[in-house]
Amino acid sequence: QSGGSAVIDMENMDDTSGSSFEDMGEMHQRMKEEEEEEVEGDAGAAEEEDGEFLGMKGLRGQLGRQVADQMWQVGKRQASRAFSLYANIDILRPYFDVEPIQVRARLLESMIPVKMVNFPQKIAGELYGPLMLVFTLVAILLHGMKTSDTIIREGTLMGTAIGTCFGYWLGVSSFIYFLAYLCNAQITMVQMLSLLGYGLFGHCITLFVTYNIHFHSLFYIFWLGVGGLSTLRMVAVLVSRTVGHTQRLILCGTLAALHMLFLLYLHFAYHKVVEGILDTLEGPNILPFQRVARDIPVVSNAVLNTTAKAIALTL
Amino acid sequence: FPGLTDVSISEDIPVEGEITVPVGSHSPDEDFSTLDEPVRETIMRDLKAVGKKFVHVMYPKKSSALLRDWDLWGPLVLCVSLALMLQGGSADSRDDGGPQFAEVFVIIWFGAVVITLNSKLLGGTISFFQSLCVLGYCVLPLTVAMLVCRLVLLAGSGTISFIIRLIVVIAMFGWSTLASTAFLADSQPPNRKALVVYPIFLFYFVISWMILTFTPQ
Repeated sequence: QSGGSAVIDMENMDDTSGSSFEDMGEMHQRMKEEEEEEVEGDAGAAEEEDGEFLGMKGLRGQLGRQVADQMWQVGKRQASRAFSLYANIDILRPYFDVEPIQVRARLLESMIPVKMVNFPQKIAGELYGPLMLVFTLVAILLHGMKTSDTIIREGTLMGTAIGTCFGYWLGVSSFIYFLAYLCNAQITMVQMLSLLGYGLFGHCITLFVTYNIHFHSLFYIFWLGVGGLSTLRMVAVLVSRTVGHTQRLILCGTLAALHMLFLLYLHFAYHKVVEGILDTLEGPNILPFQRVARDIPVVSNAVLNTTAKAIALTL
Repeated sequence: FPGLTDVSISEDIPVEGEITVPVGSHSPDEDFSTLDEPVRETIMRDLKAVGKKFVHVMYPKKSSALLRDWDLWGPLVLCVSLALMLQGGSADSRDDGGPQFAEVFVIIWFGAVVITLNSKLLGGTISFFQSLCVLGYCVLPLTVAMLVCRLVLLAGSGTISFIIRLIVVIAMFGWSTLASTAFLADSQPPNRKALVVYPIFLFYFVISWMILTFTPQ
């Protein structure tokens, strides 16, 4: 007998099914009440069919327990079926079916805008590459945040990076997918996720380079060049799948704006301290700046100092 | 009933199973018999198993001991010690170090779960907890690196100390990645090893970065 599990169910069942866990006094009381109810009539006693049906009040408790047990089994079976249906990671398996060669090819392709926009371009619905790119972006952001001394409370460092990157990838994908639905573009959600994910490759390259070499003009060159290339590719693919000038304009304008602005945001939000330091430099008399809040290793200090000197000399 | 007077079992009827004599070391009867042993023996057995796995990580040969009897005690101990050692390095003196402990924990376990899911989705034959076990145990070299870094930082925090710490952390990072690859890559189809190794590389890179940029108050 499933005494343990039946306890939970018994408490949730209505009182009319009879509980076998009451003490004897209460049971006697109930049996007396049952007798009185029987005398009055069975109209409202449909729920007490167990006892009434068999006419044997002594067995009502046992039947109640069996019914409770059965209900528990059915519930458990349904729950495990639902769990195995929704928590089954095999749903995602087809999206991870890639070879390393394919991933490399797609990474390089994401920087090359297609020329043919009259023919719908093929987008691979794959999630491995985009997911890895998002994690790489997170790692690069952490690297950048630590060297530019942005966040003092470390607890939010990881959370901010993960939240930003995943939020951008999932949120902007969904938004553009919604716009694509409005503008009648032929693209599925997985394809959109894949497209935007591979578009982050340009961001990764740009940020990786400019977090280590702090030239402002270098960043702008990279922003326009590398960011622009990956945006152009995404835009071209979307244009090839949309009909109508207004729709194309809306969709691609939004995507281009969001993508480029995101890169700008990533660079400048995590860069403010170095900016501030560069602003205080005057001419060739540059004092090597002291990091107060976090001890940046002396080697990268030296690199920053030399780049700062170089910038000041060119100004 | 004459047949019941003789209750011995005749020799030609095979009596299978381990009811009477625990012959196998993993028989279910073992639980029954280990109930009577002193607690010290139980703990020592678990500690020895964990220690053996540590040795396997430090000298990664292609053995399946780490995979066969997985346990999560080692990863827990390593994770907690790494998180404790990474405390107190915050820039803000008002920070009580609480978020750092949680941050390290979350990174290690969340990262390990993601890598495991990724390797399973790529067609790996390893089970969920086996993979968690391997990834957790391979944090051992990085914990050693953290210990060394702390000792080096006690001596001073100049350029020399940074270079020493950089070399140690890079070496241990390489060791961790190689060790976990040695255990995990075998369970993948041969042409997809690179796809599985890359997230592991990222994972240990993030942990190494946290160790390298740690500075005490």
